[in-house]
Amino acid sequence: MSTTTSIQPVAQPSSAKMLQAMVGIGLLCALLIVLTFEGTLPRIERNKAEALEKAIFKVVPGITSKQTFAFDSENQLSLIADDTEADQLVYAGYDENNQLVGVAIEASGMGFADVIRILYGYDIQQEKIIGFYVLESKETPGLGDKIEKDEAFLANFEALDVSLTDNKERVKNKIVPVKQGKKENPWEVDGITGATISSRAIGEILGGSTGSWAPRLAKSLEVLTKKEDHNGSE
Amino acid sequence: MAANKELGITPTAGAAPSTDEFIKGLWRDNPVFVQVLGMCPVLAVSNTAENALAMGLATAFVLLMSNILVSILRDFIPKQVRIASYILIIATFVTITDYVIQAISVDLHKSLGAFISLIVVNCLILSRAEAFASKNTVGKSILDAAGMGVGFTFALLCLGAVRELFGNGTIFGLGVLPDNFQEWIVMILPAGGFFTLALWLLIFNVMEARKAKT
Repeated sequence: MSTTTSIQPVAQPSSAKMLQAMVGIGLLCALLIVLTFEGTLPRIERNKAEALEKAIFKVVPGITSKQTFAFDSENQLSLIADDTEADQLVYAGYDENNQLVGVAIEASGMGFADVIRILYGYDIQQEKIIGFYVLESKETPGLGDKIEKDEAFLANFEALDVSLTDNKERVKNKIVPVKQGKKENPWEVDGITGATISSRAIGEILGGSTGSWAPRLAKSLEVLTKKEDHNGSE
Repeated sequence: MAANKELGITPTAGAAPSTDEFIKGLWRDNPVFVQVLGMCPVLAVSNTAENALAMGLATAFVLLMSNILVSILRDFIPKQVRIASYILIIATFVTITDYVIQAISVDLHKSLGAFISLIVVNCLILSRAEAFASKNTVGKSILDAAGMGVGFTFALLCLGAVRELFGNGTIFGLGVLPDNFQEWIVMILPAGGFFTLALWLLIFNVMEARKAKT
C-alpha cells in the first residue's frame, strides 16, 4: 500500500457506536427472520403434509380415503385426528366402498450416507408388503439413489411376503436382503449391484419394521377395518 | 484501485451507476470462470440443470439483498465490526431463502439439502459486500449484485446442463439423448463436477487468450 494509507483520516469510533451498530443490525435481522418464519410456516406445513399424503396414496394402491391411527402406551390402536403429533402412526387406506385395502407405515434406518426414511404399504389380510416409497434419503446420486428409481428393485415391493405364524405372534420368515438376481423366496429383497449398501439397508429396515408391526397390526385388524364416515378426506 | 478507495472514504455520490457494473459480473469478472469463487456449491449442486438453476437463483437473491442492505448501512457500520455485521446480514437472508424454498417445494429443498445453509460461507457474497457494496451507492450495488448473481447462475447452469446431459441423458428432466445412450454415471458424481469445471475453465481461457492476441 502507498504511504498515504498511514494517515488516519477519521478518529476511532467510540465503543458505543460499535455496539449500537451491532445491536441495531442484530435487531433488524431478527425481525426479518421472525417475519419470514411466521409468514412461510403454514405453507411449509401444508407442503410437508401433502408430500406425506401423496406418498400414502402411492404405497397403498387403489385407495380413495385414509384415517390415521396410533398405538398408545398399552399397545392399543386407536383413531386419532390427522394432524396429531405422535410416534408409531399407522395410516389406514380405504377404497370407495370403505373397505380396508392396507396400511402405510413409516420406517427408518441407516443407509450409506445418512438415515433413510421410507414409507411402505402393508396388506394385513394377505400379509404382504404392497408398496414402497423413499421419503428422505441422502444416498449417492447415480448409485445409492437407485433405491428410488430402479424398476427391478421396486418390483420387490409389489408383493413381498410377510406371512405370520398361525397364532399371529411373529413373522414366519423375516424379510432379508439378498444379492441381485439371487432372490428365490417371496420374502427376500433382490438387491442392486452398485447400490449394495443402500439396497441392503432397505431390506433390513423392512425386516425390522415388519417384525414388530405385522403381529400387532394383525391383532388390531378389527379397529382398522372400521371406517368412520365423518372422517372422509377426499 | 486507488489507495483512498481501499480505505472506504471515497465520496460515492456523484458518479451515476453505469451498465458496466452489471456487465462485468456476467463475463469479464465472472465469479466462477474468472474469479473462481464459491467452488463448493458450484461443484456440489451442479449435478442437474434444475438444481444448478435453483442454487444459482438462491445465491443471487442472497447476494442482491445483502448488497443492498450493506450499501444502505455503509456509513452506519464502523470498520471494526464490519465483517461481523456483513456475516449477520448474509446469514439472515440465507435463513429467509431457506424458509422460502421450503414453502415453494419440499422436493426442491430435499435436493438442495445442506447447500442452502452453506450459502452463508460463499466467499462470493462476502467479497462483494466487502469490496463493493460497502463503498458504493445502493444503485451501483444493486447492479453489481445483479450482474454477479446472473453470472454465477449462468456458470452453474453451464456445468449443470453438461453434467445432466451426459450423466443422465436429460436436460431439465427432459430426455434429449436417444434411449440406447449409456449414461456416464461419473458425470453426476463429484469427479464429474471437477472434469466439467476444468473443461469450462479451459474454454474460457482459450477465448480470453484469443481475444488478447487480436
